[in-house]
Amino acid sequence: MSSLVATDSDATQEPAKVIQPAWVRAMHWTNAVAMILMIMSGWQIYNASPLFGFTFPRTITLGGWLAGALAWHFAAMWLLMVNGLIYLIMGFATGRFRRKLLPISPGGVISDVKAALTFRLAHDDPSGYNYAQKLLYAGIIAVGVVIVLSGLSIWKPVQLQWLTALFGGYDVARYVHFICMSLIVAFLIVHVVLAILVPKRLRAMVIGR
Amino acid sequence: MMGRMRKLLIPGVDRKLLIKDAVKIMPDMARRRFISGGASLGALTLLTGCDVLDSDSADQLLAQVSKFNDAVQAWIFNPDTLAPEYPESMITKPFPFNAYYDLDDAPEIEGKDWKLEVRGLVDNKKSWTLDELYKLPQVKQVTRHICVEGWSAIGSWTGTPLRDFLKLIGADTRAKYVWFQCADKDGYNSPLDMRTALHPQTQMTFKFADEILPRAYGYPMKIRVPTKLGFKNPKYVISMEVTNDYKGGYWEDQGYNSFSGS
Repeated sequence: MSSLVATDSDATQEPAKVIQPAWVRAMHWTNAVAMILMIMSGWQIYNASPLFGFTFPRTITLGGWLAGALAWHFAAMWLLMVNGLIYLIMGFATGRFRRKLLPISPGGVISDVKAALTFRLAHDDPSGYNYAQKLLYAGIIAVGVVIVLSGLSIWKPVQLQWLTALFGGYDVARYVHFICMSLIVAFLIVHVVLAILVPKRLRAMVIGR
Repeated sequence: MMGRMRKLLIPGVDRKLLIKDAVKIMPDMARRRFISGGASLGALTLLTGCDVLDSDSADQLLAQVSKFNDAVQAWIFNPDTLAPEYPESMITKPFPFNAYYDLDDAPEIEGKDWKLEVRGLVDNKKSWTLDELYKLPQVKQVTRHICVEGWSAIGSWTGTPLRDFLKLIGADTRAKYVWFQCADKDGYNSPLDMRTALHPQTQMTFKFADEILPRAYGYPMKIRVPTKLGFKNPKYVISMEVTNDYKGGYWEDQGYNSFSGS
């Protein structure tokens, strides 16, 4: 009898259990589109004056030439910045960051990364993150903040010269911006591979549950 | 799809089957989105030159956002904020020559034959010889030139603040633009918004590194605007017009952002 009651309450609760609320899903996919536009146009911009001894193949860049790429970059930046700003505000205001991303302990990260690399990391609780995820998600948010700030410092090295100086000057800010892009691309690869390996996570980011 | 998924999330339904189902549906959707997105992005990258900004609706939208960005940048622009100045030891040597043509094709101007033509909303439309301009008070700046391509170089420029000259010729400083025309092949030109034209560091430049401006850097006169990207710093200037009309510019017309403030 008692077990029957428990099953009933499970049954009524479970469909309502939202792992990724609608605002998170909407912002996640908006961010995905904005990021891809920013990265592909950014590669074309990089090609106009490469920092290193290579350029990006034209087929994976956006904009066709420098002016087109800049137009894309400075349009998608609004999508990225407005979406990102609301996400940060919501993340702090709703307590989601604190709940989902904290605490992060070094020991927990090490043991979870070890477990993940040996394919022994459990994914039983779809609503919580393991330490490796916590570190990656908190880290990528921080990188997102730095890439926007370094981008602004490259865009406005006179009007926002205090910000440019914070990054070590205009030329250094370009390297910071590039390194952040590299970290985001690396994250993106791991993120997409894991989403394919653990489809219930992907499902939660699409339909919420 | 959402409705369908909800119906499937009924207790008692085999979860493994459910996930299998979801996976079957989702990558398909994601794939379709990716392909349709990828196709249009790919098509865009196939276009070259100015086509990219006037070919389809995406480009019209981009052009509109670029205009919006002009307004945002004008709002961010503080007429009292000075571009950072650097010690002379930091000057980039050699300072790069940069243009859409080779140095051999740069204008060769005879200083004694050259005159600066003044037009538009000004009281005194007389043309100025180089000797007359050299007599005006000059100031030096060591500032960073930032190219739209991303690279930068620190240079030393000496000349007359443009705002002093505009005052001297009785320009209507309520006008929207000062439009410059140049002697470059194909006729370089560029509009400068009046607030930037009146910025204390915006300069009619006659010297680079304390020497008469060499041919590579725009002899006999360039407009140095340290609050703008390099292409808004016209060289080999032959005329200036104070105007309320937006007359476009060599690079601006090809899709580069018109304000391009730094």
